[in-house]
Amino acid sequence: MKRALTTGLGASGSALLLAALGMVFLYVPTEATQGIVQRIFYFHVPCAWIAFVSFALVAICGIFYLWLDQQVWDDLGYAAAEVGMVFCTLVLITGSLWAKPIWGAWWTWDSRLTTTLILWLLYGGYLMLRAMSEDTAQVARYAAVVGIVAALDVPVIVVSVRLWRTIHPAVLVTRQGGHGLEDPRMVATLLVSIAAFTLFAAWLLMLRFATLRTRTRLNELARHLALNELSRRGEE
Amino acid sequence: MNFGYLFAAYSVIFVVIFLYVLFLWRRQAALEQELTALEDRFRALTEKGGAPRAKVRKV
Repeated sequence: MKRALTTGLGASGSALLLAALGMVFLYVPTEATQGIVQRIFYFHVPCAWIAFVSFALVAICGIFYLWLDQQVWDDLGYAAAEVGMVFCTLVLITGSLWAKPIWGAWWTWDSRLTTTLILWLLYGGYLMLRAMSEDTAQVARYAAVVGIVAALDVPVIVVSVRLWRTIHPAVLVTRQGGHGLEDPRMVATLLVSIAAFTLFAAWLLMLRFATLRTRTRLNELARHLALNELSRRGEE
Repeated sequence: MNFGYLFAAYSVIFVVIFLYVLFLWRRQAALEQELTALEDRFRALTEKGGAPRAKVRKV
């Protein structure tokens, strides 16, 4: 059942991703002011969406782990942090590739860019904490706290274009309200891309979560086996 | 004129995702090796005298 769900997510995500790619290059009209480079937006926004949802999931899992002390929440949070980090990295790279021809610079210390970089650094710290420490309950608790605190940056990023003076386009919700996409084909392409990325990221999350669950169970088995070996040696 | 930036952006997305899937696949392969080693240890222990006594708690 689980395997079928994972395979289904992977297959449907990949198929929809190909459809989204086709729409970006063959269906959607070229934006009048920015030209062809605006098409980066159709994959840049879904990457940001996945990063934000993943980091929100890290925070939710962190709360449940601290509350219930069940390893499954720690494993799910760790998997979500890793997937979120991949997509947050893609947001920063694709954003820079869009900014160079449009703004004439790879990077500016704009509020949205800066808060996104802070988010990337915070979850980079989270993953470094996990990678460089033993798999102990104490490290899991620290990581849960870091994950919860870091996720507070997500709503700040979302509202940053409204709170501060910024040059980042407010496309989905403009300062005047409504969205900044004039053509319905642009909206359709963006929605298909978001759906494709959501399915694909869910597939990646399930794969990583399954690996972490297996690792947890193997650690537990190895620990008990070592205890048994020691007790047998004691008897001999 | 800016096709290079567009091409680079889409290439980066697919390369990074491919590398992450590769990383997951390698992690899975390493786990399978560990499982085989654990199975060998378990077999050796049961051959010596019965199944292990300690219960493995659900995690």
